[in-house]
Amino acid sequence: MNFEFSDDQKQLRDQARRFLAEKCPPKAVRAVLEGSAGYDKALWSGLAEMGFLGVAIPEEFGGTGAGHLELCVIAEEMGRALAPVPFSSTVYLAAEALMLAGSDAQKQKWLPKIASGDAIGTLALFEGPGNPSPQAIKVAAANGVLNGVKKPVADGAIADFAIVAARNGSGGRETDIALYLVDLKAGGVEAKTLTNLDPSRNQAELTFKDCKAEPLGATNEGWSILSRVLDRAAVLMAFEQVGGADRALEMGRDYALDRIAFGRQIGSFQAIKHILADMYVAATLARSNCYYGAWALSTNAGELPEAAATARISATQAFQHCSKQNIQVHGGMGFTWEFDCHLYYRRSNALALSLGSLSYWEDQLIERMRKKNAA
Amino acid sequence: MNFDDTPQEAAFRAEARAWIAANAPKQYEDELAKASLGRLVLTGASVLDVAKAWQKKKADAGWACLHWPKEYGGRGSSPIERVIWQQEEGAFGKLSRMFIIGHGMCGPTMMAYASEEHKRNYLPPLASGEKVWCQLFSEPAGGSDVAGLRTRAERDGDDWVINGQKIWTSGAHYSDYGILITRTDPTVPKHKGLTMFFLDMKSPGVEIKPIKQANGQSEFNEVYFTNVRIPDSQRLGAVGDGWNVSLTTLMNERMSIGASVATGFPELFDYCNDLVIDGAPAIDDRAVRAKLANWAVKASGLKYTAFRSISALSRGERPGPENSIGKLVAGSMIQEVATYALDLQGAAGVVSDPAQAEVAGKFQAMLLRSPATRVEGGTDEILRNIIAERVLGLPGDIRVDKDVPFNKIPTKGRG
Repeated sequence: MNFEFSDDQKQLRDQARRFLAEKCPPKAVRAVLEGSAGYDKALWSGLAEMGFLGVAIPEEFGGTGAGHLELCVIAEEMGRALAPVPFSSTVYLAAEALMLAGSDAQKQKWLPKIASGDAIGTLALFEGPGNPSPQAIKVAAANGVLNGVKKPVADGAIADFAIVAARNGSGGRETDIALYLVDLKAGGVEAKTLTNLDPSRNQAELTFKDCKAEPLGATNEGWSILSRVLDRAAVLMAFEQVGGADRALEMGRDYALDRIAFGRQIGSFQAIKHILADMYVAATLARSNCYYGAWALSTNAGELPEAAATARISATQAFQHCSKQNIQVHGGMGFTWEFDCHLYYRRSNALALSLGSLSYWEDQLIERMRKKNAA
Repeated sequence: MNFDDTPQEAAFRAEARAWIAANAPKQYEDELAKASLGRLVLTGASVLDVAKAWQKKKADAGWACLHWPKEYGGRGSSPIERVIWQQEEGAFGKLSRMFIIGHGMCGPTMMAYASEEHKRNYLPPLASGEKVWCQLFSEPAGGSDVAGLRTRAERDGDDWVINGQKIWTSGAHYSDYGILITRTDPTVPKHKGLTMFFLDMKSPGVEIKPIKQANGQSEFNEVYFTNVRIPDSQRLGAVGDGWNVSLTTLMNERMSIGASVATGFPELFDYCNDLVIDGAPAIDDRAVRAKLANWAVKASGLKYTAFRSISALSRGERPGPENSIGKLVAGSMIQEVATYALDLQGAAGVVSDPAQAEVAGKFQAMLLRSPATRVEGGTDEILRNIIAERVLGLPGDIRVDKDVPFNKIPTKGRG
């Protein structure tokens, strides 16, 4: 059994960590959080130069073709550093959807631009409160144009193109849903930034008015493609979340070692130790589940739907738990704007809601396990 | 990243699988597979007899205590081969429960500290299950604080004379030998005055009383020592070095990687697949699903955490600290799972008679046994301390008794 990343992959992780430590310190995250740019443009270009944006994109489409295990280790580092860039929208969602269902022309047009940092992509799925379901999709496609409103769309106001889930028939069945590729700079769509929990990442409302769109994949297979894209993105997002969870744990541990109260390091109190031990437990369970997801993703295993839901739930819980308890360990200082704890708290809660929230993935996991059990 | 065996591992697995298929007590496989925490019943046979017979058969064919040297009754296998064996042994591995302490803790301690002659005499029958060993550590005054123990050993010629009491000794009532930690010097701080021995449990002056547990069963005992004589040749380690010897024992307790920890989840998942609530399968209920999903990812997390440790063993490396979370997670989980399974049964959940209760009272037995899981072999709180101190590097507790002579440490909380 070799249930571990290879030495080359670990080297890539170290390389990404060093790069992000230099180019993406907390002050870079704060600059986006407190500014209006929506993302860190210099960091985005730097990630492209390092080859990190195209790590899972085949060479023929401008990527390095390294693979999905490599993408997993980079995702973890992006999460650790809270990278304020549209990495998940572009790489986990848009690029994966293109690779899964795009025509050769669509791939030729967009994948090289993703890899080079010249195009930001996203997935426009949600239309107000609720989790992914065919019934919830009201944006309508007819005669090659889209009409309707999507919100929230992660990185929607900074994206160059979007994969849009739209209703192609009337019944709200899975087969009525199609995916469309929309050039957001070509007119017919209005983007409005939404104030959100984690302003270090953009969230937007996209309004489509007779907006030109071309189908991505067969028009009766949109939901099935979307499900597969969400599974793949769930594993990658889980790595990002585990990276964040680990960093929040380290911050709590470091503070407990440095802070003196009652004449001793607060980390010598069992009340604090036990909080940190439970954070370690959550992060460790999540990491192990992520490895299972990475294996399933990189081998296209039949277990992917179950493994993805497992990794997603576990990592969501771990990041939320660690970011929350990190503030608790810090006490009052953890609730100041100045300390970085809230950056992790914000990101963990924003990521928990993206791609469908916990309750959605819990339901999906048991449905998938039940089906496997019945088979 | 893959789950594949190396060619050598695959060959070993095939050999183990073939031997188990030809030799295991198949007639009990079903009942063993269904056994869960607090309930292991074999129709028409005593678990002890079946377990001893299986262990002896394994030993005769060279499949006992795989990682021990051959001259002491083992196979000289690598750690990864031991894990593969456990995977292949499957439900029959539950028969090894009564040997876990002997094989996992007493044996390694003997190997590290006993004389060569003693090792050759005592270890092979321990490996083969012909002799069962127990570990005499906990005392009424020293549970989590093991070093607070009070059982005295006093030198008398070539012997030591033992007086005192141990408690929570698993299997003392069917054990032939035990390893015993005692206090030989109460005038020095508590960790410094301890000495380890092994002894014949049939020695005059040893009295064993079963503890009737909160769940009505008796797995543990109190063991009383009244002027019990142990020859100095049965001392393990130097006089006063018992604490370090005991750390060897306890370290081995935590090395049982690959032995899957019971979480109760597979049982609950099966139950929810079969159970009908208000005319619909329980598993289709969203509230049930949310609960199941939370436990599913914990069970899965433990499984793949073990796989990470196994991968390290497979590469010939020491596993990282991640495996230390196993019992902490599984212990409280199995208690919550049992509680929820009964919640799903409504008022009928109160019935525990296996002939009447749902799934033969499996969850009722689990509920009543589960509090012990969170205490035995290190309480949840001690395990959290260990993670915090050894994994995360936090400072040790401030110990007010650290430099105080043992006989000056207060013994009463109030009054």
